[in-house]
Amino acid sequence: MKTYLPPKFLVERDQDKCIKCEVCVNQCSFDNHYYDAEDDEMKTRTEGCVGCHRCVTFCPTGALTVRRNPLEYRDNYNWRPEYIEDIIKQAETGGVLLTGMGNDKGQRIYWDHLVLNASQVTNPSIDPLREPMELTTYLGRKPDRVELDTDLNLQTELAPQVKLEVPVMFAAMSYGAVSLNVHESLARAATEAGTLWNTGEGGLHPKLYKYGNNTIVQVASGRFGVHPEYLEVARVVEIKIGQGAKPGIGGHLPGEKVSAEVSATRMIPQGTDALSPAPQHDIYSIEDLAQLVYALKEATHYTKPVSVKIAAVHNSAAIASGMVRAGADIIVLDGLRGATGAAPKVIRDNVGIPIELALASVDTRLRQEGIRNRASIVVSGGIRNSGDVAKAIALGADAVYIGTAALIALGCRLCQQCHTGKCAWGICTTDLFLSKRVNPDIGARRLANLLRGWSLELKDMLGGMGINALESLRGNRLHLRGVGLTETELKILGVKMAGE
Amino acid sequence: MKVTETIPEETIKIDASGIYYRELNARLRELAQNGARKIELHNVYGQRYIGTNLNRPVEVTIFGTPGNDLGAFMEGPRITVYGNAQDGCGNTMNDGEIIIHGHAGDVIGLSARGGKIFVRDSVGYRAGIHMKEYQDKKPILVIGGTAQDFLGEYMAGGTLVLLGLNREGHHKAKFVGTGMHGGVIYLRGNIESYQLGKEVGVAELGEADRELLARLVGEFAAHFGYNADEILKHKFIKLFPLSLRPYGRIYAH
Ligand code: SF4
Ligand code: SF4
Repeated sequence: MKTYLPPKFLVERDQDKCIKCEVCVNQCSFDNHYYDAEDDEMKTRTEGCVGCHRCVTFCPTGALTVRRNPLEYRDNYNWRPEYIEDIIKQAETGGVLLTGMGNDKGQRIYWDHLVLNASQVTNPSIDPLREPMELTTYLGRKPDRVELDTDLNLQTELAPQVKLEVPVMFAAMSYGAVSLNVHESLARAATEAGTLWNTGEGGLHPKLYKYGNNTIVQVASGRFGVHPEYLEVARVVEIKIGQGAKPGIGGHLPGEKVSAEVSATRMIPQGTDALSPAPQHDIYSIEDLAQLVYALKEATHYTKPVSVKIAAVHNSAAIASGMVRAGADIIVLDGLRGATGAAPKVIRDNVGIPIELALASVDTRLRQEGIRNRASIVVSGGIRNSGDVAKAIALGADAVYIGTAALIALGCRLCQQCHTGKCAWGICTTDLFLSKRVNPDIGARRLANLLRGWSLELKDMLGGMGINALESLRGNRLHLRGVGLTETELKILGVKMAGE
Repeated sequence: MKVTETIPEETIKIDASGIYYRELNARLRELAQNGARKIELHNVYGQRYIGTNLNRPVEVTIFGTPGNDLGAFMEGPRITVYGNAQDGCGNTMNDGEIIIHGHAGDVIGLSARGGKIFVRDSVGYRAGIHMKEYQDKKPILVIGGTAQDFLGEYMAGGTLVLLGLNREGHHKAKFVGTGMHGGVIYLRGNIESYQLGKEVGVAELGEADRELLARLVGEFAAHFGYNADEILKHKFIKLFPLSLRPYGRIYAH
């Protein structure tokens, strides 16, 4: 069928600069560039361009640029090009529209409507370059009360705690969705920075067991690669109930991505689809969740915190309360803008709630019920910079997960082609030729650099507020003010209007 | 808790009445680590996760009713239950054996990747759901009675045998093998096509099937004192996945 889809981008080549080195041909995994022998010229099939900038970045003479296709539709606020083109695609395929990365729609981003405080005159700010400043965070259940004996030795038995040097962890991205080199980059950066990375639901390659102390392993509905050793090497075990990019639906790693190595790590035959059922079929209630939480605690001899991750949805606060009561030591909320290797577009863009509101309401609810100490809260889904991190901490988070931001550090340009397995940056693919593009030495460096930069910025913000430990910001919403928010939004966020 | 002193070759008996599961399992783990080979648990009343973290080939015999998630994440032990098992038996089991002289509840063998489970009588809903196999790891679930709906749902590997001895091969389960994309189900007797998931095909048994089935039924019969030949006389059918990629064609890019 002839496609009615117009090209999304135009690739322009400055023929004066082009030296016909064919780097672009090799770099474009979507096969858009080619050498035309008849004209002795490099050419481009522009209609296949996804705007990933790989060729632009690697063209040695800077001969290439990519522009949005200027082809205009008649103005129509209702029928925007995206909706028109989605219909064209479905008319041509009859399928569920699949996409990658996170929600790109315009739902309000509350981080942009929250501002932080700073000390002026009445209390001094602190200079983090010269004075000690602490970002240390402990994840895990905190006791209801602490008892000391007369020599001030701790009498209370503490639940397992995990120490983070920086309250930013790498979000779950499964091996299979991303390449092994990405996993290695994340693992090494997390180890260097004193934080944790998360295997996602596709198992852990034995080569990475040595980073176990900085690893969160996931147990999801597919139970891929879950075996005693996997649980044993981990620092934290996380039960994945849901994911912000696709709340309520399962996963589906297509057979093409199940290479020999992926098959070995997931422990499934090569080339078969890896289906993650929508629910975990041993969890239909909070009581069932408690059963799996404690099964994992039993399996790991009560030595590791068990985390439970859900997508942020309408009743998150009540669900979170149940999760804490079910024995979760860490609860993870993944918001509307959380990303994915593949999800139906209609789900990604329409299901779930913004993380800022979910976080505020969960923190409030757990405090009201007097059980906030029993679990750490970790949030994810749209954390873009250290400012978002500071605001999340002030709203009540103990730590955050970053997924998209980490991938951008590795080269990702948000072209949203993750589900095709053709990621030109070698990130979201298991193709051996492409995945070599992420060199774990360089990848780990870039990620560790990002965390270092954010740590320094967090310390700057703390110092400006006149506090010297992240602990003093945690859940302290007085350090936040809202801008351009309604009464209801301010109420849910638990912050005052700027100027108040 | 009263425990005979550890002498590895001897059977160690534990009276489990009134003992909380966490304490019971910690005790089992300690015994297993100290080299105990045979442990008997008496008066078991619903204690969960028995066998979960033993990770060695110890023999545990249970008298009573073990609780949910018996042998969850199990690697190695052989558990024999004189009584009924509840839900989640063999959940994500990796290796070992569970033999139940009675019934079992829902989601038995959920996501199991290895080991063997034999149930003398019937099981609940979604038995063998998402069992999967990898290389030499192939989970086996043999059920003497019958099963409820969604038997073998999402099955990705392994072998499931349903004998229907209590109903002479009449099975009432519906949605059998829904989403199945690997493994095989041998069913004694017959099943109507409306009872099957649409991803499932039905076939006669081949030579290799019959060999495997004879071996598994032989083990089943030996555990529970049946005559394997009698069981095998009856007609069996084979249920198999029509595609390894049942949902490969519903997406557009
Ligand atoms: S898809 Fe990427 S590499 Fe290919 S032409 Fe477009 S920008 Fe260049
Ligand atoms: S991971 Fe790769 S395919 Fe996905 S958005 Fe980033 S660059 Fe594109």
